[in-house]
Amino acid sequence: MLNNKRLVLAHFWLAFVLFGVALLLGAWQMLVRSPLHPWLHDPELYYRSVTEHGTVMGYAFPTLIAMGFGYAVTELALKRPLVGVRWAWLGFVLLAAGAVTASVPVALGRASVLYTFYPPMIGNVFYYLGVVLVVVGSWVWVALMGVNLAAWKRENRGKPVPLAMFATTAGAYLWGWTAVGAAIEVLFQILPVALGWRSTIDAGLARVFFSWTLHAIVYFWLMPAYIAYYTIIPRAIGGRLYSDAMARISFILFLVVAMPIGLHHLFTDPQVGSGFKFVQSVFTALVAVPTLLTVFTICASVEIAGRLRGGKGVFGWIAKLPWQNPQMLAVALSFVMLGFGGAGGLINMSYQLDQPIHNTQWVTGHFHLIYGGAIVIMYFAIAYDLWPQLTGRALANWRLMRWQLWLWFVGMIVTTFPWHLVGLMGMPRRMAYFDYSDPALHAQASLVAISAVGGLILVISAILFFVVLWQGHRSPAQAPEEYRFSTPVHESPVLPAALNGFALWLALMVALTITNYGYPIAQLLATPDTAVPAIPIGAPR
Amino acid sequence: MSDERLFTLRNVWFRASVGATLLALAGAALIGFVWLPSAQTDPQFQGIWNAICSAAGVPRQWYQVGTPVTPGYKVSTVELTPHMLDDATTLSIGRGATLSLRCTMCHGPRGMSEANSPNLAGQFASVVYKELQDFQSGARKNAVMSPMAQNLSDQDMRDLAAYYASLPPAARIRGDAPAIVAEGAPLRNIPACATCHGGVDHKVGSPWLDGLPAAYTKAQLAAFADGTRHNDISEQMRNIARNMTPEEIDAAAAWYAGSAHQ
Repeated sequence: MLNNKRLVLAHFWLAFVLFGVALLLGAWQMLVRSPLHPWLHDPELYYRSVTEHGTVMGYAFPTLIAMGFGYAVTELALKRPLVGVRWAWLGFVLLAAGAVTASVPVALGRASVLYTFYPPMIGNVFYYLGVVLVVVGSWVWVALMGVNLAAWKRENRGKPVPLAMFATTAGAYLWGWTAVGAAIEVLFQILPVALGWRSTIDAGLARVFFSWTLHAIVYFWLMPAYIAYYTIIPRAIGGRLYSDAMARISFILFLVVAMPIGLHHLFTDPQVGSGFKFVQSVFTALVAVPTLLTVFTICASVEIAGRLRGGKGVFGWIAKLPWQNPQMLAVALSFVMLGFGGAGGLINMSYQLDQPIHNTQWVTGHFHLIYGGAIVIMYFAIAYDLWPQLTGRALANWRLMRWQLWLWFVGMIVTTFPWHLVGLMGMPRRMAYFDYSDPALHAQASLVAISAVGGLILVISAILFFVVLWQGHRSPAQAPEEYRFSTPVHESPVLPAALNGFALWLALMVALTITNYGYPIAQLLATPDTAVPAIPIGAPR
Repeated sequence: MSDERLFTLRNVWFRASVGATLLALAGAALIGFVWLPSAQTDPQFQGIWNAICSAAGVPRQWYQVGTPVTPGYKVSTVELTPHMLDDATTLSIGRGATLSLRCTMCHGPRGMSEANSPNLAGQFASVVYKELQDFQSGARKNAVMSPMAQNLSDQDMRDLAAYYASLPPAARIRGDAPAIVAEGAPLRNIPACATCHGGVDHKVGSPWLDGLPAAYTKAQLAAFADGTRHNDISEQMRNIARNMTPEEIDAAAAWYAGSAHQ
């Protein structure tokens, strides 16, 4: 039973509204950079848009989804009212205020530093303060997840924590720790310069701190999608979760190894030793393990559904799956994108294979396919699944939902596959302008034009998404069935302590942070003369 | 179950997880810090301790450099930072105004040239300061300017720079920029002029070119291209000017002079 429907709805709606704005900016960026549109003659406009697109899609949108979904899971899985509702609203207000505070200087062209900050570029101080507010708001949520889990555990000593809550808390703790890197960078390096107290900044150290956040943030974005794979999909398609323990192990592995691996973003940075890059490359490879466990477990769970519906033979069960159900479609499309994106990711994380595609459009293609594709399509699925609970009205237009999901899938493939290809051809990322009339770039022109069309398809899909949700709000009220998460094939009344709590895993996470980041950070802090003059961005000129 | 102790070697989950983590870490470290560096033949990697230090990123000298190669001409030694000449005092501007009386013959009474010399009104203080320093040191040579700058003190140069920066600049040039100004020629390593010299962005040390006489711009680009002017840091402008076509030079010079709009 959901007591705080307005709280969850507020998070989801703010998330989706911001998403809609940022999506339009993204589509516009693709258009103006493509041969379909004449050159803007002002790259600043482009970078302004990229900064807003990244800030919303990277910080505000997924954080709001994770928070809203987390509050819903807390009440639905623990079956008790949320503790700290006022704090939750405070977190929401901080996030909303932060999103506005950061967006205003970006819109004014005073902070076109991209969402990854890139010191020594320094933008307007309010941009960074806005980002800080977003992070602080999200930390309120992290604390509330811990508090609610602890409250439930006090009342239910020795009982297994419901999987959905276990996974949500793992995601919260992962975010709580991984956000520390960027927080240190912003609070101790960037803000003093943005406030005018200092004029130099150690850009190399800042990049190392940011890499602490940069990769695990992706797994934080991914958590709601994985929670939906395990706890929503099997139930929604009439199956059973193949293994509860496997699910917990996957989330635990994400918690331990998703964070101390960010240096693979700095493979070409000179300020970090190659040994640490290699070690983190190895740990990045280990993150493939929980993803492969998940793919196996969910495929097995889906097979159970197919066989329960009368599917026979090695592949016969696939035809028997409820393909008309949007949840079934969403998970299938998500897995296809996860497969392609994951394969590209294995190349990104390999110390040597990364060289030809580092900082090319390939990377942009990779993370849009994984995040914009595999993960965001599950955000849609989560919204479709929860909306009847939140509004007390049915979402009946499955046909439109299927169209929306298919268009999102097609749009994302059409957008990102050409990006991978032009990346292999050497097209750099983060460029506002390409002269396609030049013979050396001419071969890339048609691919870039195709990807811009993909952006248009994504916009159409998003419009359909809003239509579906709006129809949901307008349909006649009806009491929703009691919400439940998927049930595993074997329900165990007791769990080993390791799979029912986080102490061991948090300890390993922090320990690996120290082993993998301790020396590079200490060395950069101890090396003199590493700071460079800050470059003010968007100052009056 | 609640009595189960987790942080003990008797707990199989503890043993397995900590053991596997240590194993992965030790294996990765052995490969990354010992084996892979040992495959290198450079002396910095010879021996296990050297290999570990190199892989850890300990700062060390790579080449045993004897005496650095010096160029056959004077290079600019001026170091500029974005805010170093901000906040000029009125005293400094006033001193600069007095000193500027000797500049008026070429640069105009209010910093607007009518003699194909550069306009100085509204020019960035850092630019005027740097060019004066370079004329004095010999990094930049000019029959008229070199002697003029010879007896200026550092404070004189700062004051002149502050004065000219305080004057109202020429009207801004906007719109209809030729391709070389707006887009550059990326495949010939020519960035857009506008990204450093005004129109899109400004970079420290790059002059504001709006209203600059076309003859002067062309002469400077020619001087950069043949190397007779060489006070650009890291050969930035020399590399650009060498790759520009005569048509591009004409187009850029004409546009910044404002003639495209007249």
